[in-house]
Amino acid sequence: MAERELKKKTGTADRGAEAVEEVPAGSAKGEKLKAELDDLLDEIDEVLEDNAEEFVRNYVQKGGE
Amino acid sequence: MSIPKVCGIETEYGIAVTNGDPNPIAASSVLINAYAQEIARQQVGWDFEDESPGNDARGYARDGAMPPQVETHLLNTVLTNGARFYVDHAHPEFSTPECLDAMECVRYDRAGEQVLIRSMEAADRVVTDGRTFVVYKNNSDGKGNSYGCHENYLMDRATPFSRIVDDVTPHFVTRQIYAGAGKVGSETNAFDGEPVEFQISQRAEFFEERVGLETTLKRPVVNTRDEPHADPHRFRRLHVIVGDANLAEVATFLKVGTTALVLAMIEDAVDAPRCLDLADPVRAVHQVSRDRSLACPLLMSDGSTATALGVQWELFAMARRYADDRGLACMGDEEVGEEVLRRWEEVLAALERDPMSLARQLDWVAKLQLLEAYRDRQGCGWDDPRLAAIDLQYHDLRPERSLFQRLDTESLVAGPSVERAVTEPPRGTRAWFRGRCLTKWPASVVTANWDSLVFDLGTDPLRRVPMMDPLRGTADHVDELLERSASPAELLDRLSS
Repeated sequence: MAERELKKKTGTADRGAEAVEEVPAGSAKGEKLKAELDDLLDEIDEVLEDNAEEFVRNYVQKGGE
Repeated sequence: MSIPKVCGIETEYGIAVTNGDPNPIAASSVLINAYAQEIARQQVGWDFEDESPGNDARGYARDGAMPPQVETHLLNTVLTNGARFYVDHAHPEFSTPECLDAMECVRYDRAGEQVLIRSMEAADRVVTDGRTFVVYKNNSDGKGNSYGCHENYLMDRATPFSRIVDDVTPHFVTRQIYAGAGKVGSETNAFDGEPVEFQISQRAEFFEERVGLETTLKRPVVNTRDEPHADPHRFRRLHVIVGDANLAEVATFLKVGTTALVLAMIEDAVDAPRCLDLADPVRAVHQVSRDRSLACPLLMSDGSTATALGVQWELFAMARRYADDRGLACMGDEEVGEEVLRRWEEVLAALERDPMSLARQLDWVAKLQLLEAYRDRQGCGWDDPRLAAIDLQYHDLRPERSLFQRLDTESLVAGPSVERAVTEPPRGTRAWFRGRCLTKWPASVVTANWDSLVFDLGTDPLRRVPMMDPLRGTADHVDELLERSASPAELLDRLSS
């Protein structure tokens, strides 16, 4: 799979200079988010491990802390 | 007046091996050695010796009568940014250096992710037998095994521990509504076998006690480990085990920032209203995790009920009044303190109005939105293994596989500042002295730990420099001293004169 730009960071300001962008439902921004989510869903099967069941079953960790 | 809430985060990462020996201890060791040798190009071990106190005005003590012994623990290493990178149980663990405020903590937590990503890449170059290593920043394997993400906060020893336990518990039970990392299903008996589709928190269901010393069994909401890594007569390190590992920066910022504020209020004896006393904190921590409507009534000691949101609004109002009355010097940087309050209020308001509007800010919401969209499209139920796979891959740190990386979440710390944090220590704590000495004289620092450095000057015995005050050894305190010292011997002479 071709690598694509993975992260679309919107904020570059440090120390919290950036304001929270609220996303009211139905706004242009909300629509944009939904379109981005659709794009991700279109390609998610390429990113997900091939056999989901086996992948999940094989992920076994020892407890820690 | 509350002392500055110096803070840090320890993260145990999940690790998986493909095509070879699945032993997680061996795999973790490969990662850490690969990073130390291929990237950091140095290996300074961790020193497990206890300290004897005895500070001078700068927070240092003269060399003790007992010459330090060096223990060789190859899988423990200290980085030039002041962090510790090591194998803990069966996981690679990264402990940030001591940070002065919540924003700095976010930056070093992110730097830790970069260290793990580079470790995977370095291991791929070094290991030629076909094994590959994958690291996950999550807290459970979905099968009942949990590993931690712990926070640490500096506290005044004068504050009675029982007061901390009583007053911080409502916060620890309810802060998951913004600090939870989200999880598909349930893997313990916390819900008496009732079906659970999705939880707000990865860790909540593993908590079984109100207060205690354990971290691996019968986990307590408030952990009593008393290991200050500092002058025990002046300081306490509150060791917090009840949180999830976050990828969303706003979630990390709020988790650490709100907790620091709540602890500052406790230290300053701001009375928490009795209406915040939960009747059964352990049951409540489970209830909150399972309730994504955020409407579940929690039983209080006086017989009334409150929601997690209600408890958080009350804590926020107290914190707002506290800041107005006493200022925010306890938060390291006052502007960061104000930012914590501003975002805290905004996030609570948004959670009240429409939790899903926080998909760019909070892990559990981002993950839930993705899962719901996938379910819509595929028409699958919550027990479909593809949902569990999405859950797991949300936390995969490999840039090409991470689902979190593909979501457009809000960033608080700029990329270049994170890059600097991979190698440079925070300026405002003793981590600066530790990190700069390691950078300047890597061959002479034989071991290090949180509260001391051990130097080999080429003459017997080895020399230990204690650092018993986390707020000493900052750039302001020691830069001139480090600048003027051409060798570690000169540095030690100046410190003891």
